[in-house]
Amino acid sequence: MLRYVLRRMGSAVPTLFIIITVSFFLMRIAPGGPFNLERPLEAKVMENLNRIYNLDKPLWQQYLLYLRNLARGDLGPSFVYRDFSVGDLFANGLPVSIQIGAAALLLALLVGTALGAFAALRQNSPLDYLVVGVATFGITIPPFVVAPILSLVFGVMLGWLPAGGWGNGALANKVLPVITLALPQIAIVARLIRGATIEALRSDHVRTARAYGLPTRVVVVVHALRAAVLPVVSYLGPAAAALLTGSIVVETIFGIPGIGRYFVQAALNRDYTLVMGTVVVVSIFVVLFNLLVDLLYAVLDPRVRYD
Amino acid sequence: MSGDPILSVRDLHVRFALASGEVHAVRGVDLDVQAGETVAIVGESGSGKSQTAMAAMGLLASNGKAAGRILYRGEDLLKLGPRRLDRIRGDRITMIFQEPMTSLDPLYRIGRQIAEPMIHHRGLGARAARARAIELLRLVRMPHPERRIDAYPHELSGGQRQRVMIAMALANDPDILIADEPTTALDVTIQAQILELLKDLQARLGMAIVFITHDLGIVRRFADRVCVMRAGEVVETGRVEPIFADPKAAYTKMLLAAEPTGRKNPVPPGAPILLEARNLAVSFHIPAGWFGRSAFELKAVDRVTLALRQGQTIGIVGESGSGKSTLGRALLRLMESEGTIRFEGRDLRSIDLRRNPEIRRELQIVFQDPYGSLSPRLTVGQIVTEGLLVHEPGLSRAERDRRAIAALEEVRLDPAMRDRYPHEFSGGQRQRIAIARTMILKPRVVVLDEPTSALDRSVQKEIVDLLRELQRVHDLSYLFISHDLAVVRALADDVIVMRNGRVVEHGPADDIFEHPRDGYTRALLSAAFGGWAGGEEPEMRSDVSTAMDL
Amino acid sequence: MSIALEPIPLDAPVRGRSLWQDAWARLKRNKAAVGSAAILLVMALASIVGPWLWPHPYDRVYPQYVRMPASLEPYPREERVLPELEQTLKRGRVDVIAVEMTDSGVRAEIASERGIDPRITRYVARNDLFSNPRIAGTSADGKSAVIEADVARLRFIAGTDANGRDLFARILIAIRISLTIGLLATFVALLIGVAYGATAGFLGGRVDNVMMRVVDILYSLPFIFFVILLVVFFGRNFVLMFIAVGAIEWLDMARIVRGQTLSLKRREFVQAAEALGVSNRAIVLRHIIPNTLGPVAVYMTLLVPKVILLESFLSFLGLGVQEPLTSLGVLIAEGARNIQGARWLLLYPSVALALILFALNFIGDGLRDALDPKER
Repeated sequence: MLRYVLRRMGSAVPTLFIIITVSFFLMRIAPGGPFNLERPLEAKVMENLNRIYNLDKPLWQQYLLYLRNLARGDLGPSFVYRDFSVGDLFANGLPVSIQIGAAALLLALLVGTALGAFAALRQNSPLDYLVVGVATFGITIPPFVVAPILSLVFGVMLGWLPAGGWGNGALANKVLPVITLALPQIAIVARLIRGATIEALRSDHVRTARAYGLPTRVVVVVHALRAAVLPVVSYLGPAAAALLTGSIVVETIFGIPGIGRYFVQAALNRDYTLVMGTVVVVSIFVVLFNLLVDLLYAVLDPRVRYD
Repeated sequence: MSGDPILSVRDLHVRFALASGEVHAVRGVDLDVQAGETVAIVGESGSGKSQTAMAAMGLLASNGKAAGRILYRGEDLLKLGPRRLDRIRGDRITMIFQEPMTSLDPLYRIGRQIAEPMIHHRGLGARAARARAIELLRLVRMPHPERRIDAYPHELSGGQRQRVMIAMALANDPDILIADEPTTALDVTIQAQILELLKDLQARLGMAIVFITHDLGIVRRFADRVCVMRAGEVVETGRVEPIFADPKAAYTKMLLAAEPTGRKNPVPPGAPILLEARNLAVSFHIPAGWFGRSAFELKAVDRVTLALRQGQTIGIVGESGSGKSTLGRALLRLMESEGTIRFEGRDLRSIDLRRNPEIRRELQIVFQDPYGSLSPRLTVGQIVTEGLLVHEPGLSRAERDRRAIAALEEVRLDPAMRDRYPHEFSGGQRQRIAIARTMILKPRVVVLDEPTSALDRSVQKEIVDLLRELQRVHDLSYLFISHDLAVVRALADDVIVMRNGRVVEHGPADDIFEHPRDGYTRALLSAAFGGWAGGEEPEMRSDVSTAMDL
Repeated sequence: MSIALEPIPLDAPVRGRSLWQDAWARLKRNKAAVGSAAILLVMALASIVGPWLWPHPYDRVYPQYVRMPASLEPYPREERVLPELEQTLKRGRVDVIAVEMTDSGVRAEIASERGIDPRITRYVARNDLFSNPRIAGTSADGKSAVIEADVARLRFIAGTDANGRDLFARILIAIRISLTIGLLATFVALLIGVAYGATAGFLGGRVDNVMMRVVDILYSLPFIFFVILLVVFFGRNFVLMFIAVGAIEWLDMARIVRGQTLSLKRREFVQAAEALGVSNRAIVLRHIIPNTLGPVAVYMTLLVPKVILLESFLSFLGLGVQEPLTSLGVLIAEGARNIQGARWLLLYPSVALALILFALNFIGDGLRDALDPKER
């Protein structure tokens, strides 16, 4: 087991390396630079800035420099948020994104599993159709439509919750963003659980459990649902990584100081280090959660063995 | 045996609602089971024999509905609420299923699964249930029960899993054990062991067994009474001996006659050798796994030597994993191999058969699965004539069509069906189509890879008869691969018995069937033809050798 | 030795039904799928033909009609006509003595100390409310006149946007753009995915291993970031957009096709064809490709909505197509910005997007059920 984990960690290094390399050079061949503002700077100032940030060195030197700093855990200074290093920005933003994302993930798992399981147990009943309909709706309507509508209805019209803003992390400010983030995930989890449960209920081993007079509760929970959770587990890896690293849409619309909102702005402003930092952080999350999910899968399914 | 039956089925009807209409699967079945007796329900696929049992256990699919009465000790199981029914099933009436590979929950250890019904019905504590589970595993002759109790199903072979199912079924000392084709998915020697185990347990524990099967051989050896079903109705019912001796219903007569009979006419001496193999070997390289398994060579076929004469049939017999199918494919150069293969004296391994289609067309094969071997999106006409496109590309469309008609007529299919698609045909018809596709090329050597295994007995007989006739008419040479000894006996001149890739015995069919020398051959024969009843248990432990699923 | 002919029902039609025909029949029974297909067809036709027939061009700005709510009644509203006329004339520096509604339009009496310049009508003409302005009569001294004009009746059934453009026309053009991007990007994904997947699956062995390893690595790249980078750096370009999107989405397609090819290769009918001596090329063409089409078709219908969603996401971030062209994502983003005062700006584009996505999802699901009879 430990050997497997170490090997997987090891194989993640080349992946991360490729990601960093591709993003670095892709970004640099693009026209423009961080200091090409609308009002051009004086040549002398420009030169100074470029020297301070090592932008005057050959590209390959900058690349090696970046790799070396990265190996030391230094993501470099932000070009646009001049008073902050990229590390500072993430230190402030990441906890916020993780809070919102984790809450949404938890909500999605609880509600999605419950809805999916109930729909499967009452297959082709009105409840089932309702869940399937709502799930399709949840998958179809993008968050950038849901977010403003929720904000309008609950924030402006009803006035129950703040329409936006962070409010220093007040609970009321988190409700709408979490729901917006969770809705599509609820829909996907419910669909996955429903499909897998229906399949599990039809399986031979559930027939065996029923033939042996086990109570419905035991048949469903012990023998059907555990098998039905497996596809959700494999879906969770990428989903968790995406949720925890912040949503561009939700953070922009609700004005939440997470890390999701940085990326587009940073790319538009050619804030090289901030773009790279985001790519690195997100990639690490993806790799990490894929590994976690594989391990969890092995715990749940004895047929999978890593050593 | 007399007195009130312990289970009696009266006028049972089972209907399934499908999108295409209603299917009336069981039509007014009556059946009585006395305490301690064995009743066999026998019939071909679609006869409603399984659905009768499913209805009794309340296990019909959600679109199925049962009407009539199923009385267990006077209580109508069809009218019981789910809770009352759950008190009976798994406790007084238990069931084992056909598919040992999937009937156990893959996510739990077998000990827990055996213990579950005891804990639930008898209120046993976890410790007591575990102790009893070990005892039960010992009772069903599971090797190392103390260790195996903590195994997961995927760590056991098919036969061992069926033993686990039986242990589960016996846990609460049931009155009735329903066994739905419990040995069909197993190799013959393991089949024999499981049947013997059931018989032995019944003698010791005294429960009634309802045995559902398509195999008349099992019925004859195993059951007290038999109930023959066809198309949802009981055709004939009564004690086994009189029915086998003097069947009344035409269908029963047909079933009994469907056991393949007759012997092949011997090949004239001096018939030329067509296909010859020396020290043929096929090995698979199993690469080192990601997770610590080291690489090794698996010898699927290990130094096999044989010679097939014109008009001769060699039967190749063995259980799953014995390498018999691999041998057939390697002989036709559909698979890489070592050793020499000669066809009419020419070394096949040095010839590229794609460049030499005239040799390829002489060496043909018919596959086992009539559902998988026909391309689903082509018409029967296209399937049958596909070989002509390769080997006689100059033929006009009309000429191809004429040949297709001739080929279909030869396998006794209506040529008007050639514009239809494979999914519209039954298994037997599909196998005829597959044979027509082969025969249209006028081959000289045909490898028949279990061509009858997926078919019902009565259909099997028709296919066997067809193959025989084609051989006689075209002077074909067959390599007949099968695990079904009765069919091999009816078709083959020579028999090769294979095990783990090696030939264990090779000789004229009569010699091998009458005087088997090898222990494994004897085990196979006694399992297939019932020498074991009352005799000693076959000495081999085939469970262990097939535990490695490859 | 006689061989019985297996019973074949006599009334059976001689011409068989292929799996495609069966699937088609099943699909036609699926009401949700058929309804969805009809809706989608109507929307697609409307987006192709609509902009020609619709009275308002999608890029025409009506300065007098900024953020008009959706209404079936034509604009202008009665109470707005006369004040607007008065204001317009005053902008031409004339005194307005009287304005009144007439049967055919409006009528105003004006006067000016400096004399009436006939070009005053241009002021009126420039206003979207009026058309065909003319001087009906001038007094003898030329210092007063009567101006008549028709009232232009304009309908904005979906309202107008913040620039005074007809929202319905913009939605039509947006549907056209969104569907085009959806189809083109899906086509790109299909092309790359099928070629890659079929190659890997058919060649198998080491080649397959390497090719799928590459896909695995690509999977773990944060692709959405690369698309954003591409679009940001190389400009907001229609073509780049669907190439970028298609280039991400081919991964799944490649996996599906490879899996299908691998499993088909092991099927007995492919082995049977090999035994007949059929060439590799013919096996791929006759036995493998026709059998992968089902899953590929299903995946395609489900990919189109994914691509549309991705495109609208990029548009929402302001990285989509450029003005005056528009897409549903752009419209929704504008709607979200104007949600306080003009809810219809969010409502109608969202409904259009939801309809397309719903329809495509239902068609995809229906297709899957139709092609896989076991699902039922």
